[in-house]
Amino acid sequence: MRQKTFVAAGQKTAGTMAKLMGIDVGSTTVKVTVVEQDGTVLYKSYERHFAQVRETVLRELNKIKEQFGGDFCASITGSAGLGLSQRSGINFVQEVQAAFVAIRRFYPDADAAVELGGEDAKIIFVTGGTEQRMNGSCAGGTGAFIDQMATLLNISVQEMDEYALRAEKIYPIASRCGVFAKSDIQPLINQGATKEDISASIFQAVVDQTVSGLAQGRRIKGKVLFLGGPLYFLKGLRQAFVRTLRLSEENAVFPEDAPCFMSIGAALHSAGVHPMNIEEICDRIEKAEGNDEVVTGEPLFRDKEEYAAFVKRHRATDLTFADIATYEGDAYLGIDSGSTTTKLILITPDCRILYSHYQSNNGQPVDIIVEKLKEIYKISAGRITIKGSAVTGYGEDLIKAAIKADFGIVETVAHFKAALHFNPDVDFIIDIGGQDIKCFKIKNKAIDSIMLNEACSSGCGSFIQTFARAMGMEIDKFSQLGLFAPHPVELGSRCTVFMNSAVKQAQKEGSSVEDISAGLSISIVKNAIYKVIRAASADELGDNIVVQGGTFLNDAVLRAFERETGKNVIRPGIAGLMGAFGAALYAKEMSGGASTTIGLDKLEGFSYKANAIVCRGCTSKCNVNIITFADGSRFISGNKCERGAGQKPASAELDIYSYKQERLPQVIEGVKGTKGRVGLPLQLGMYEQLPIWAGFFESLGFEVVLSDKSSRELYFRGQHTVASDTACYPAKLMHGHIESLLDKGVDFIFLPCESYNLDEHDSVNHYNCPIVAYYPELLKANNERLNEENFIMPYIDLNMWDNTVKKLCAALKKYNIKKKAADAALKEGFARFNKYHADVRAKGAEIIKKAREQGKQIIILAGRPYHVDNEINHGINKLLTSLKLAVLSEDAVFDEADLVNVNVLNQWTYHARLYRAAEYACRNKDMNLVQLVSFGCGLDAITTDEVRSIMEKNGKLYTQIKIDEINNLGVVKIRLRSMLAAIEEEKKASAESK
Amino acid sequence: MKRQTTEKNIKDYKDDYPRWQPYMKSTYKILIPDMLPWHFALIERLLKLEGYDVELLRNETRSVIDEGLKHVHNDTCFPCLCTVGQYIDALKSGKYDVNHTAVIMSQSGGGCRASNYIPLIRKALRAEFPQVPVLSLNFSGLEKDSSFPVGAKLMLKLVFAVYYGDTIMWCYNQTKPYEVKEGEADKARDKAIELVISKFEKGGYRKYKKITRAITEMFSAVERSGEKKVRVGIVGEIYVKYSSLANNHLEDFLMSEGCEPVVPALMDYVLYCVVNNINDGRLYGKKSLFITANKVVYSILRRMQKNIIKIFKKQGVFEPIHDFEHLRRCADKVLNQGVKMGEGWLIPAEMAALAETGTENIVCTQPFGCLPNHIAGKGAIRTLKNLYQNVNIVAVDYDPSATKVNQENRIKLMLATARENLAAGK
Repeated sequence: MRQKTFVAAGQKTAGTMAKLMGIDVGSTTVKVTVVEQDGTVLYKSYERHFAQVRETVLRELNKIKEQFGGDFCASITGSAGLGLSQRSGINFVQEVQAAFVAIRRFYPDADAAVELGGEDAKIIFVTGGTEQRMNGSCAGGTGAFIDQMATLLNISVQEMDEYALRAEKIYPIASRCGVFAKSDIQPLINQGATKEDISASIFQAVVDQTVSGLAQGRRIKGKVLFLGGPLYFLKGLRQAFVRTLRLSEENAVFPEDAPCFMSIGAALHSAGVHPMNIEEICDRIEKAEGNDEVVTGEPLFRDKEEYAAFVKRHRATDLTFADIATYEGDAYLGIDSGSTTTKLILITPDCRILYSHYQSNNGQPVDIIVEKLKEIYKISAGRITIKGSAVTGYGEDLIKAAIKADFGIVETVAHFKAALHFNPDVDFIIDIGGQDIKCFKIKNKAIDSIMLNEACSSGCGSFIQTFARAMGMEIDKFSQLGLFAPHPVELGSRCTVFMNSAVKQAQKEGSSVEDISAGLSISIVKNAIYKVIRAASADELGDNIVVQGGTFLNDAVLRAFERETGKNVIRPGIAGLMGAFGAALYAKEMSGGASTTIGLDKLEGFSYKANAIVCRGCTSKCNVNIITFADGSRFISGNKCERGAGQKPASAELDIYSYKQERLPQVIEGVKGTKGRVGLPLQLGMYEQLPIWAGFFESLGFEVVLSDKSSRELYFRGQHTVASDTACYPAKLMHGHIESLLDKGVDFIFLPCESYNLDEHDSVNHYNCPIVAYYPELLKANNERLNEENFIMPYIDLNMWDNTVKKLCAALKKYNIKKKAADAALKEGFARFNKYHADVRAKGAEIIKKAREQGKQIIILAGRPYHVDNEINHGINKLLTSLKLAVLSEDAVFDEADLVNVNVLNQWTYHARLYRAAEYACRNKDMNLVQLVSFGCGLDAITTDEVRSIMEKNGKLYTQIKIDEINNLGVVKIRLRSMLAAIEEEKKASAESK
Repeated sequence: MKRQTTEKNIKDYKDDYPRWQPYMKSTYKILIPDMLPWHFALIERLLKLEGYDVELLRNETRSVIDEGLKHVHNDTCFPCLCTVGQYIDALKSGKYDVNHTAVIMSQSGGGCRASNYIPLIRKALRAEFPQVPVLSLNFSGLEKDSSFPVGAKLMLKLVFAVYYGDTIMWCYNQTKPYEVKEGEADKARDKAIELVISKFEKGGYRKYKKITRAITEMFSAVERSGEKKVRVGIVGEIYVKYSSLANNHLEDFLMSEGCEPVVPALMDYVLYCVVNNINDGRLYGKKSLFITANKVVYSILRRMQKNIIKIFKKQGVFEPIHDFEHLRRCADKVLNQGVKMGEGWLIPAEMAALAETGTENIVCTQPFGCLPNHIAGKGAIRTLKNLYQNVNIVAVDYDPSATKVNQENRIKLMLATARENLAAGK
């Protein structure tokens, strides 16, 4: 791989003074530098270590031994260097500290330095209050993140850089964590966005992450140094930094030594260290073998015999083949256009495989399918008639449009159909693909519950792939290595970022590649069982388990799964093709005899053109991709509503979210106040209480100014003041709302702190969540534009009327508000508040009535008041109406429900509403509940299980949607469609049983 | 202003669970989670004297975390996961008669998730040990059918135990890093614990001034070197702050790095809870017997604390424990005392108080994704930096899968700055 060795003049000069040596052991590379006492750099090297830390260091040291010999004052630095230092007894210096030493020595006039490493990101502020910051444990935006993204795009990092330089457009991508970014990038790929633009967007995401996640309110300005490998090698990334930080040419410094900067610092730091002969240093490193601090488990297979028996057992469930070159007759085509891979299968009516294909889609699913289809037509030479075709997966719509397939089928249903073929008694299906984990429980021959991985617990197949590459090998070989590993490493079972550092730790402790490979397979299985399914014990999974998905073709993963569940499972030989197979079965089932599938003649002239535009249909401004096929037909994607696709949007008539969005701002009457202008940030609790405060301030003679509508742009405006990047998205958006109000020049912003919400007499206590309750404190502490004068945040408890009035008067002392006036104003506020809620409830009742007249299913989209925000719910309400459903909210119905006694301590107002809304949904046959959960919401860890248990106790399906800044409705759509399919199945089943 | 509610039926979705019955006292063993190694060791002995068969769990293997991961929701906070993991791991160990074992957990009743630990533990146990009753130790009238019975006398004993535990911990941390002869500080600690236990056993435990004096003397008798070490405060979420299971033996790590760990007293947390009830009256004009009772309790506890501080000062060897009124004033500089969920305002208050008493290096520990900590921990650091120029804070997340390397690397960065500051004489 990359290797740069510079050798300066004057080798082998046996100086009297010992030379200085710095060894920087990072997560992916080893850097070794030799420096004279006066700071002259004599030698530097930069090597990837592929987890062979000790060996790589030793190799480098031997080079130095040959070249220089003699004594050295040596220090080790770097995130993976700590263990090596401890065991070898060689001095350790923390890497940021090392950088600091080097900065002072070589760039005394620098104001700040940004360093990106393999898995760390750091900012050092030199002037204006020295400060050193590192990324937290859940932060992407690092070299590993870029590597991961390159893998996803199936290009090298270098190519990605070249692409980025030619970009025309930047898409918003979440960079907090690789998993999130993937969810943003995948749809872009599927929609045909160019690699150029995606590459540049990834770099921009890294920059945004550094600026917001690390700087946290402190501006990076003055002369800035850029350090570390990625910033040295990637020009596109450099450009993005310089552009974002608005640095002039002389203020953006990219040192020639950037990749080795830390090791130079470590060398300089060694000046006071006791010198050692190079022989001794080598000797110490040599002996610094790992100890047993790493927790390890049992080997996957004891011996070859055990493995052979295992292989034999699974071979029994392979499908038989038919020879496409000789077969004559009908066939059915199934296509699964997945997130990273494209699968295609052609079967005979008796389910023999004529042709199958499984390929990483390289972001170009259409090309692959067209090519394979041509191949099929050519081999079969007219002997085969495609009687039906069906498409499933992320790319369903696109592919269906491209090849004029007969049917589209929801992924989950396709998988179920395929599993049924292998075991008619199947009661549990788990599918681990490249990007996602899907599990379904089957009851009464229908999908009973669906579990998909949340954005955070991915760590699926593509994770092993990324890792295999980081170790410099192909995935097959890498996972094969794990089969007989004697001591698989315990790697934990959370998200990939954590697993990365667990692997780092294992490497540090000297675990072998074999053990790490086995450990990764085991952790993926644990992730699936304990994170996604959340099974307390393996018995919950049922007795007839079918496992599928490309990841299960990996024997190590399969074995780990059987071991963890203690059950023998069925893994069909076509585990990776089950979605496509299910689609083919569906096509067979539904086929009316003739297929619309594109023929060979049309395929020959097939071509398409992708074009990205911004839809101006509404304020959402979706990035829409228009793919125009050669025959003139078009496929549009990226749009949140039908408008982007050039269709008339589904009526908002049966959507209470649209109603609330419209109704809420109407509580402001628009009085031109004489007292001044008060800004109300429409986010978090204000979504509930806006009527109160609008009424209050307007009747006191203030003009009420509302913050700008939530949007990604608004979020970026306030991003630099976000103190904790793992808080929920609504909270982080609040920062943008504050900025927008400050920019509007209001006299003051009003946002009360409320430990207690209004008591609705249905719970033990009536708290707000800590974020809603105290976020004003955080805003004030982290936005330097806020002060006592322009930010008023009294502590009030609205259940205590007199005290509230008193507190409000005190908070508004400057405006000299009389108690009597405040009392009346608060009454007016509550009048508007009650009117608003009465209207919402009335609208709810009206929707129910109309939906029933029209025979539509009703979905209670239950969350918090602020989930009505379109930037937070990403237009899920519109998605639901486009699926021909009526949409209610929790606050429109909970009042109608009974009180509920739940297992958990029911002590938050908004949550109590959720339980009651669930109770209400259970009472009505035509209603279902979908719970919206903000990522990072700790309280919902409690409510989701409880709402689920209420639903399930009543025999209802529970569906949960986690939302964040990620704007990927594709996944949500699959989820909702699966739910609808399950509801349909249920209806059918109950109709049949009658 | 209250919305009208018509009479409603109540639908019961509660699953049944075993209750603690008074007769169980003589036949059941109660397991205590390893939350506060110092104090709970004392309390364990104390409860045994009261006739309870209790046992403080010390299991810390990886299977503790694994059991926790299996039995609680992925996003539930780390303390809950550790506790559940410890219970289940212990119950599975075969050491206990699971049909005659109960578990106990404290419950504050505040607006943070921690108040829900009891139901979550119950839910977790249901899967494998549905017969095990869960006891709640709370003073807010929650879980009426499952509360650990604490009479006035036992309550008083607990208060003393907390104060003694604080004093022992506080002196030990100031002695151990400096001891000349290895093991002397530990000997002093064992002696101090025995003294306290003997007083509980034989009476005289209320003579706290005398006992406190004796404890400080036991530690001051240990020969200590006069070298200057970096002092590092540990603040944060209550469980992660104290429990070595959760914080990867943070105190030991700091000592191995040649630092003096400064861990604020548990009584501060108790007083914080009491003051929050009083603050509800002060902030929102609430009046109740409960608030009045809290005021009384506060004044009693404060008087004891003042006397203990006096003893420390008079003796002059050790830095005295924090004065709670000082903590409250410190809090006011950073944020409002209305921030009362989780550890709320206590966290910035402790950080400020540490900075003001010569401990400017601080590790702010928190479970990953802890909600109150977003505001009172990470959110307050900027304000603290503006107030105290040299304050050197690192916020560290703890989590089942966060690795020690990652955490220690960050702490080491903080220590590098700390050492530089120490050398520069700042």
